Amino acid sequence: MSSNKKYWKSVEELNENSSIVEALRNNEFVEEIPTDEFLGDKSSLSSSSTTRRDFLKYVGFSTAAASLAACEGPVHKSIPYVVQPEQIIPGIADYYATSVFDGFDFANILVKTREGRPIKIDNNKIEGAKFAANARIHASILSLYDSMRLKQPKIAGKSASWAEVDAKIKASVAEAKTKGKQIVLLTNTLASPSTEKLVAEFIAKNPTAKHVIYDAVSSSEALDAFETAYGERALVDYDFSKASLIVSVGADFLGDWQGGSYDSGYAKGRIPQNGKMSRHFQLESNMTLTGAAADKRVPMSVANQKQALVKIYNVITNGAIATSKIENEDEVIKAAKQLKAAGSKGVLVSGIQDKNAQLLVLAINQALSSEAFSTVGTRQIRKGSNEKVNQLLADLKAGNVHTLIMSGVNPAYTLPNSAAFTAALKKVSLSVSFSLKEDETASITTIAAATPHYLESWNDVTITKGTYGLTQPTIRPLFDTKQFQDVLLSLNGAAGTFYDYLKANSSALISGASWNKVLHDGIYVGASSAATPTSVNYGAAASVLANTKKESGLELLLYTKTGLGDGQQANNPWLQEFPDPITRVSWDNYVTVSRADAEKFKLENHNVADGGLNGSYATLTVNGTNLENVPVIIQPGQAVGTLGLAFGYGKKASLKEEMQVGVNAYSLYNNFNDVQTVSIKKADGEHEFACVQSQKTLMGRGDIIKETTLEIFNSKDAKEWNEVPKVSLDHKEVDATSVDLWTSFDRSVGHHFNLSIDLNACTGCGACVIACHAENNVPVVGKEEVRRSRDMHWLRIDRYYSSEETFAKDDEKKEGFNGLFGDKGSLGGFGQMEQPGDNPQVAFQPVMCQHCNHAPCETVCPVAATSHSRQGQNHMAYNRCVGTRYCANNCPYKVRRFNWFLYNKNSEFDYHMNDDLGRMVLNPDVNVRSRGVMEKCSMCIQMTQATILTAKNEGRTVKDSEFQTACSNACSSGAMIFGDVNDAASKVADLVEDDRMYHLLEHVGTKPNVFYHVKVRNT
Amino acid sequence: MKKVGNHNSISRILIFSLALMLAFSLTSIAQTAAPVAADAAAPASSGADAVKGKELFNSQCAACHKLDAKMTGPALRNIIGKHDKEWLYKWIHNSQDLIKSGDPAAVKLWEENKPSVMTAFPQLSNSDIDNIIAYTSEPKAEPVVATTTAGPPGTEAAGGVSNDIILGALALVMIMLIVMLFLVNNVLSKIAKANGIEVLEKEPTTPIWKAFAKNQFLVLVTSIFLILASAYFVYGFLMQVGVDQDYAPIQPIHYSHRIHAGSNGINCKYCHSSARVSKHSGIPSLNVCMNCHKNIAEVSDTTATSEHSKAFYDGEIQKLYKAVGWDPSTQKYTGKTEPVKWVRIHNLPDFVYFNHSQHVNVAGIECQTCHGPVQTYEIQKQFAPLTMGWCIDCHRKTEVKMEGNEYYTKIHEELSKKYGVDKLTAAQMGGLECGKCHY
Repeated sequence: MSSNKKYWKSVEELNENSSIVEALRNNEFVEEIPTDEFLGDKSSLSSSSTTRRDFLKYVGFSTAAASLAACEGPVHKSIPYVVQPEQIIPGIADYYATSVFDGFDFANILVKTREGRPIKIDNNKIEGAKFAANARIHASILSLYDSMRLKQPKIAGKSASWAEVDAKIKASVAEAKTKGKQIVLLTNTLASPSTEKLVAEFIAKNPTAKHVIYDAVSSSEALDAFETAYGERALVDYDFSKASLIVSVGADFLGDWQGGSYDSGYAKGRIPQNGKMSRHFQLESNMTLTGAAADKRVPMSVANQKQALVKIYNVITNGAIATSKIENEDEVIKAAKQLKAAGSKGVLVSGIQDKNAQLLVLAINQALSSEAFSTVGTRQIRKGSNEKVNQLLADLKAGNVHTLIMSGVNPAYTLPNSAAFTAALKKVSLSVSFSLKEDETASITTIAAATPHYLESWNDVTITKGTYGLTQPTIRPLFDTKQFQDVLLSLNGAAGTFYDYLKANSSALISGASWNKVLHDGIYVGASSAATPTSVNYGAAASVLANTKKESGLELLLYTKTGLGDGQQANNPWLQEFPDPITRVSWDNYVTVSRADAEKFKLENHNVADGGLNGSYATLTVNGTNLENVPVIIQPGQAVGTLGLAFGYGKKASLKEEMQVGVNAYSLYNNFNDVQTVSIKKADGEHEFACVQSQKTLMGRGDIIKETTLEIFNSKDAKEWNEVPKVSLDHKEVDATSVDLWTSFDRSVGHHFNLSIDLNACTGCGACVIACHAENNVPVVGKEEVRRSRDMHWLRIDRYYSSEETFAKDDEKKEGFNGLFGDKGSLGGFGQMEQPGDNPQVAFQPVMCQHCNHAPCETVCPVAATSHSRQGQNHMAYNRCVGTRYCANNCPYKVRRFNWFLYNKNSEFDYHMNDDLGRMVLNPDVNVRSRGVMEKCSMCIQMTQATILTAKNEGRTVKDSEFQTACSNACSSGAMIFGDVNDAASKVADLVEDDRMYHLLEHVGTKPNVFYHVKVRNT
Repeated sequence: MKKVGNHNSISRILIFSLALMLAFSLTSIAQTAAPVAADAAAPASSGADAVKGKELFNSQCAACHKLDAKMTGPALRNIIGKHDKEWLYKWIHNSQDLIKSGDPAAVKLWEENKPSVMTAFPQLSNSDIDNIIAYTSEPKAEPVVATTTAGPPGTEAAGGVSNDIILGALALVMIMLIVMLFLVNNVLSKIAKANGIEVLEKEPTTPIWKAFAKNQFLVLVTSIFLILASAYFVYGFLMQVGVDQDYAPIQPIHYSHRIHAGSNGINCKYCHSSARVSKHSGIPSLNVCMNCHKNIAEVSDTTATSEHSKAFYDGEIQKLYKAVGWDPSTQKYTGKTEPVKWVRIHNLPDFVYFNHSQHVNVAGIECQTCHGPVQTYEIQKQFAPLTMGWCIDCHRKTEVKMEGNEYYTKIHEELSKKYGVDKLTAAQMGGLECGKCHY
């Protein structure tokens, strides 16, 4: 039966005369659809001779043509060498040992090259090669293939030849010399004996010349202190493996403090052996990697740290210098007493940028006669002097400098008052900037001299005194570049190239070794003696420090982030997309505030989606300078009354648009002091962060990260602190590991790969994440995609905060829940547990595909694209995958990554895979995935297969250390150990039997081939 | 680059069906391709001396001398016309002594050929030298006219012609038969008419197609057959998309494996040396070619075939010289090179990892197993389909060569116990797992 009901669409229809009703009756839409916007304007449409029928014909024809053309296979060309170099065999990788120092980072590395192009950086594990590559050094291989590099020298912005450039510099230097005007060589710390000699020769030839060393992120105070105490400008190379008690007063030594690279020594002492491990106190204001690793972390402003340092000094030396009272004083005194008791097994380090504070560090360690503190083999990688740089700036302003030659520095970006520098530069007759890129400085100097990347150049480097490392080219220069040293050579009027000079110069420095051997090893270790201490009045230094006036207002501590460091590699998409280990935010820098301060200033953070975090903007004011629109992150563990902001962002020059992110913290770096008094004000708008981890706390799920204390670890049975989860079988509680849905295959024959991850040794440094990117051609997806939770990292490092003071208390609280409501109710309780504590414990957990023997992903794949191998690896056949994403849904570890788009040769994703140069970094042994397929960690099957094949070719069995994955190879702290558990002699076979061993989400019964070791804290 | 080969699959199907038809209709005609195993007529020998001399010339002199052209040293045809025997003995035994002694002819020769020093041959007796002189004094052989030279087995020029003739003759006979039948019929009906015999007109029956259309069963069966048949062909068509078996593109330099690997018996891995150690077999770089071709600027007369003349092959060698930048007249590298852009024949998709050393070195598989009888190929082609089924099939059947390889000792022991077999196939070793080739 039909209804005669009339349905009114709007009240307008009641009015019979309404024009809208009439219009709606005739047209679907009241207003005309703005087709012009996407089709072009009406007149051109109507005048077009193409009718609809024609259009359909064209479509039909082109479809038919395209499908016909698709039947024809493409013709591939193969172009062999005309004369094949002897050492290159296509398909076989060559490795070159080299030592690098770029003014900020340094390492002893091996460069993997294929068919003559460098594709990966590995750690040099030869004896004497001490410094492993960090995330930035691993990523620097991609900076070699940066399409925004300066490709030829430029004079006044126009391309020029090197002959012109040389002539121009020569003329200017000669003019300055005759007129008696100043010539300044402004460089980063060179740490290169040959370059330093060249510079000295240049100064000898040109008496009006002087050399100024400028470190963008200064360590000047520590250098000054050491110079005062030992008469030598250097930094102590601490050996944390020798310390049983480490007290750090604001030193982020697992980060970039005094160059960093301390994690391997530190981690050695952190793995409990014979019931012992080191104990680590950390007093700091920002939450750092070091603070996260500490057994006891006390948040404290830098002003208070100064007082704390004097208090510790008092305890150690039985001094009685008056100090003002600070919060958590008892903790400081407790640490000081333990330090004193530890004696020579104790060590104290500090990151306070104050000469007196640094003198006290030396005094305390001397008083302890600390074994970890040694003046033998001091670090040479920071030499900059604030005083001299300030003098140069004054000279520039006064117009006293005739010729300014810069190398490896970018003062127009890194100076706090870059506008003044830019203005002063106009008073210079000739300014030259030797630079990889046309950066802020190179674009305003007269000459922008294109320099080669360190992978294309010759150099030597003395990282620590007594060692001598060679930097060798691994590829011919990609562009028309020339090294700073070569130009200096020609300015000095010497013949030959820098290579000849280097070779001749090296013989004196490598006594007893040949050039070829040092070149092969990449490093030469010679003898070095301890520096002789001079007498210093440390007591006076302590009094001055104790009387430092405390500024009112907030305290801003500027720091360097694990990803970008000092910002040299800002155009590196791997580093930009690398999530900060602490905040898990990629593609940004931000000001970190404590929760108390955030409430005070009405600053907010809230999650809008997985991966999407929104935060307030704030304006920071330091000394009258405003830094506007700084995004805010509320950081658990941030000391109240302090803020943190990272260097290295806010660059604009020669950066792809997508990489121009963040704000420039150098603009607040007044007087090269990393502590500034600041005021913060909320600004309008909300910033969209790309944050890969929305959950902050473990929620008392102690079986994800198992933690215990050294006391319990030593005294109790493993079953108590490493409990096997229970499940119910036939109404009886049994161990989850004993129950199985599936019948297991026999895996005792052949290789069976396992990866061991020791949570005690992992510092969260992220070197593995970048190494994985480089090895496996993992694409970069960009900020927008990360925000949509579509990040592609095969390996992520989860960071968890505790909600209570410790993770153990979280577990207790959860166990104590009783009912839904009330004080102990789970409803409110879980809500509370979502909030991290004000000074939480922090734990890192690297998670990649767990390669489950009973993998949930394999059973749901409708096309059997993912399957298991006998060797323990979970295979992913990309060509078979149809993209249903069932596997990702069924994966309890959430490690599968989907190619939502085509990430290579796609201008929508304008990163390295979109240009020919950037694609040179791709590993030819690993497939580049296409749109619509799932991908994930393969346990570097290309590497294990290559190892097996090498053994087969040589007719021998595989040695234990040969099996490696990219991540285990990159891990310098020994947290990741990979190997064959069927080989009884292997390290991993021992580790899998260890009491601390557990599997992630063991109760699910997936039987993973990745296992973890319970984190033990020495509290 | 023009391509010869199989990319045009429609024409391939047509050719295939034509061949099928022919196969049914012409089973009686065997493909006769009798190999005519005969070398080109050898030049008449002019006595035992010259034969020995030829041997000696080839072993001792040919590295630097040719009979009719200058190489490192001068051309040697009719050398006796230029120098007398005694002088030649001295020169050959030790040329440097002769030059130092100030002999004008020797000094002149030295001036012309500096700085190449002729190796001294004290081991050659005077009679040996006589034999060589006898060989060099032979008149130049007339260029062999390519009349009846037959190529090696496989090229079937004659067979094709005879087939055509037989086909033509058969067609002619058929046409003649049809015409004769028609004529006979005509004559007979005329005679019948003349004799007044009524020829019975056939009753009009339903045409066969109508009968067919009315028989529903037949229609059903036929359409099922047609559907199945077309499905079969469509499937077949789709299955060969991207399979480039027999792909034989024209290369920038006509390189004949038949000459190098076949006639000259050069080991595959001499040129494709990286096949032993690397994933790539490697296209030899041009300096490898020059190891031999520095001295081989032209092919011998016997190399030429009816298809490709000697001049053609010599021209191809010149292409190599141009690419590598070798000036044959001065015997020097010019430094001007232009890399050869070969057309790649074997193209595995990106998602497949294949390693030559695993198969060549570890497994000891002959190159010909996958690449076919390369030593007979004038133009290299893709022998195997290179499909996954083809790989898997071999992995299932092939026993892994484990003897003498310590890597396999333990795993062989354990696996053979597990499977209860003595020999293990690649599949039993895990050679069928996806991730072994796809990553």
